[in-house]
Order: sequence, then C-alpha cells, then structure tokens
Amino acid sequence: MAWFKKTKGIRTDKKGKIPEGLWVKCDSCKEIVYKKEIDKNLKVCPKCNYHFRISARERLKLLVDEGSFVEMDEGIVSVDPLNFKDTISYKDRIKEKQKKSGLKEAAISGDALIKGYPVSLIIMDFSFMGGSMGSVVGEKVSRAAERAVEKKQPLIIVSSSGGARMQEGIFSLMQMAKVAAAIGRLRDNGILYISIMCDPTFGGVTASLATIGDIIIAEPKSLIGFAGARVIEQTIKQPLPDNFQRAEFLLEHGFIDIVVGRKNLKETLAKLFELLL
Amino acid sequence: MIRYYLEFEKTIEELELKIEELKRISDGKDIDISSEIKKLEKKVKELRSEIFSKLKPWQKTLIARHPERPYTLDYINLITSDFIELHGDRRFSDDPAIVGGVAKINDIPVIIVGHQKGRGTKERIYRNFGQPHPEGYRKALRLMKLAEKFKRPVITFIDTPGAYPGIGAEERGQAEAIAVNLMEMARLRTPIISIVIGEGGSGGALALGVADRLFMLEHSIYSVISPEGCAAILWKKNGDFSSEDFSKAADALKLTAQDLLSFKIIDGIIPEPLGGAHRDPEGIAKKISEFILTAIEELKTKTPGKLIEERYKKFRKIGSFKEETE
Ligand SMILES: [Zn+2]
Repeated sequence: MAWFKKTKGIRTDKKGKIPEGLWVKCDSCKEIVYKKEIDKNLKVCPKCNYHFRISARERLKLLVDEGSFVEMDEGIVSVDPLNFKDTISYKDRIKEKQKKSGLKEAAISGDALIKGYPVSLIIMDFSFMGGSMGSVVGEKVSRAAERAVEKKQPLIIVSSSGGARMQEGIFSLMQMAKVAAAIGRLRDNGILYISIMCDPTFGGVTASLATIGDIIIAEPKSLIGFAGARVIEQTIKQPLPDNFQRAEFLLEHGFIDIVVGRKNLKETLAKLFELLL
Repeated sequence: MIRYYLEFEKTIEELELKIEELKRISDGKDIDISSEIKKLEKKVKELRSEIFSKLKPWQKTLIARHPERPYTLDYINLITSDFIELHGDRRFSDDPAIVGGVAKINDIPVIIVGHQKGRGTKERIYRNFGQPHPEGYRKALRLMKLAEKFKRPVITFIDTPGAYPGIGAEERGQAEAIAVNLMEMARLRTPIISIVIGEGGSGGALALGVADRLFMLEHSIYSVISPEGCAAILWKKNGDFSSEDFSKAADALKLTAQDLLSFKIIDGIIPEPLGGAHRDPEGIAKKISEFILTAIEELKTKTPGKLIEERYKKFRKIGSFKEETE
C-alpha cells in the first residue's frame, strides 16, 4: 500500500517509473542523466548506483538464461471474496491493472535456468497493485515452493511489494501463514531458498516469505521493512535515522546477507548455486 | 461500580443509572419500588439483547477493544492452575506485550502464550498497548518450542492492535520475528489451539495464530488491517476521519467472527455473555476452557506427523481465486 515514506533525495514519479523524456534527473544524486544511458545500464543511475524500479518481465530478462523461462500458473486470477469496493470495485480495479500492466497479477511464476541451474522462480511486480500479496500471489508462491521440493531445485523469490493486499482482507493475511508454511517444507527437504528483496519490500511480504530465505539478498538502497516509515513517524513522533530501512541499514543490523547490484545478481546466484548445491 | 459504556450503549447506560438511583433512594426507606426496579431491569435486558443482536462490525471492533474486556492474564487466572510465567527471548529482553508460561487446565499441563494489554494508563504503557516488539514473538516461539520438547499442547490468546511500528522494532527485525513464527508454528510437532479474545490485528496477531484449531470470541475481530488504517488508505483526507468512515471500512473488511466462520477461516465461535465478555468474565472463561479441552481431546491422539500434515493443509487451502485455462 502507499504508506512508505516519500524518500528525501530519491524521487521517481508516483508509479516509481522513470518519467518520460530524453533526460532524467536522478533525484538520488540530482544529476541529469541521459535516459538512454539509464536504460542501457539496466535502469541503474550511472552516477550514483540508484536502482530504479523495474517490471517483473524486465527482471526476468536480467536474471534467467535466454529462452529458458517456462511460465506456470499464469491462469490463476483474483476473485473478489469480500465484494470489496472503495472508489471502484476490487473486480474493476483488477481489470484496470491487468489492462494497464499487461500482467494478470502481481507476480509471475515459472521454471527457468540461471546459468544452467534449474530453479523455481517467483518475481513480483510493484506496478500491479503495489506488488501486493493476495490469494493469487500466495497460491503461486506456495505452488512454486512445492514444485521446488518435488523437482529438488532451488526456489528464488524476487520481492517488490507493499505487503498483504487489503482488498482481500483476512484471505490476504492468511496467505502469509500459507507461504511461510510452504517455505518451511523447503527446510525439511534440504532445498535452497534464496530471497531477493527489491525496492520496496514491506509489511506482509517481509513478515512472511522475504525474511526467511537461507540466503537473503537485497538490491542497493532498496527500502525494506515491516511498518512504513510514515506509520512509524506518526507513532513515535520522532524523525527517523538516516538510511532507515535501506538495504544497507538491514545489512548493518544483520537481516540480510548481501547487497548485490542488478548487474551482478545473476552471477552471484550462479556462484551460490555452485558453492551450495 | 463505574462502568465504561460505548457510544451505542448510551440508552442502556441511562436506564442502568436510573436503576441505581432508584435503589439508592429506596435503600433503608419504607417505600417499595422493587417492582419498578424489576420492570426497568427487564427493559435493560431487552434493550441490550436488541442492541447486541444486530451489532455492526465497527461496534464489534469497539467491544473487542473495550477497556474492561478480559485480557490474556485474566483468562489465565480464571481457567488455569499452577501458572508459572516464563520470561525473555534469551536474545535481547523480555517483552511485556506478550506473556506466557506453563500451567494446567483441568489438570492437563499446557503452555500458554498470549498478547497482553494493560489496564490503566501506567500498565497500558508498560504493556505497550499490547503491541509486541520482536522480542515478544521470539519469546513466544521459545515457549512453543518448549511445549514441543515436552509434548505439551500450546494455547495462544490473540489480542493486539498489531506488532509495534518503531525504530527499535525495525532494527531488531520485526518482520523476521513474525515470519519465523509463522514458519515454525506451521511445523511445530505438538497441538496448537488459538483463540482470538479481542483484537486480531494483522501479522502481529497471526504470529501467534498458526494453529490446528482457531476460535474467536463472538465479538472479537481479526483483520489484515484496522478499520482506521483501511480508511486512511482508501479515503486519504489528512487525518480528518469520522466514525462513519471507520464504520464503512469495518464493513468492507469483513472482520467479524461471523464473517471468518462463513469464510471457513476459523473453526468456531465462542459465544459471549450478553453485553460482551467483560459483563461476565467467569462465564466466558468457563466457555473458553470448554472449547480448549474439547480441542485438546480431539488433537491429542494424532501423531506429530499427522498434526503438522493437517495443519499444513488447513492453511494451504485458504485462498480465493479462479484458474483460467487457455
Ligand atoms: Zn543517481
């Protein structure tokens, strides 16, 4: 949901995408950068290493061996168990997001090869209702985890999510228990699970699947936490420390293993497979 | 006795004050108004039945948060014997927002863990309004592991607005503490019985709720977000909210025990005395105890393997989606 703080310094537009135009001002370093240069650089600011948010499909391209991805469970779509309506009905909101994003839901799932290693893969997409986890994402993650056990291949989850999806109420909350239980089975079966957290990862997603990886990786400067900064500020009525809830902050406090830039992610995963599998 | 009445109980309050007044006047005097009092008492009861038979979700939310509602330690006192509270997570500190320990219910040794709210300003602050830090969740898990080791059933009482949003909580891994509890409870090799006694506030509640049997008190609530939080997200209007807004949000969230039973998320509803649990703590405690004992009876014969298999399936099947095939 939209509760994490508009961060000083780094500002993309509301959707977290780079604004249209030939030139882009990176608000992290305030430099004016040629848009093409950012695109060429995997949507990373060449001056300051800020990682712009990218779509699940873009991530897929960066992460897996070309042509190796076989999408699974793509037919699972949301229904509206609560008959939830805000300004528009949840059903219509889903339709609207599907049309806009070309995605059916907030995560894509499938099998793929990473430098030749077969993996079960989930990638969330923040542009689809803030990457929120409702019944569909919960089911996709659980199935992917179960397939990882069956096929004895690692599970990789790339998170980018505001948390549990409010519009599915208690069903969303219970997905947290469901996915945590499914991931628990990886432990019982000796299957590697690597969690990769991207900007932003919060709430019900950090409090379930994202923080229980055997190995936890985060993209540089990603905002990661349980509660959103705004909620915390309203509660404690104090300013928050510098760097609060950034990947580097979590690294310092012992909650992630490595901060890895987009460029080196695939290579790092392959190394880990080589050393652990 | 000074009682706390909720907004929608005002008519009840007026009548009850009148009854007390009449009792006071007639006390020691030679006038008989007992029939008058009886009439009024009957009227109060009818009125209360009327109001409580059609509570709205927001009204239930207020009852779930009622300052006189029994809390975990009240129930522990009422339904257990030989309770020994156990403290600390062995890593950082002891979190007073979660209590737990060993006890007996009807001579059956159990481990009990629950969120704890405070009564009165001082204790409320001490208990952090029932909002745990990571230490609380880690203590809870430590006690559950103790239960597993000694093959004792785990009883959890859920009653929290949510896990605490603060700097220290984030620094010490609030999300991780909750996530680990979800995962470890799912594979705990001993029976777990959870009861939502008041507020089931999101992940901070669920972190004590991955159970073989999940019950809710009749007027308790359980939700992914509070009605206030939901309203703030849906109708961003800079803090200027009315109870109307919260009421609408509470309706939309479907957070009552009755909703959750219809969704098959919970296994049963524990009926409350007329007017809410705080009107008869002994009575509701006895009912809770009966539900726990029945559940223990059902679960105790299952092998640990069967228990966790069934628990896995119980949560695995929760979800509302359809599958389109091309
Ligand atoms: Zn930059």
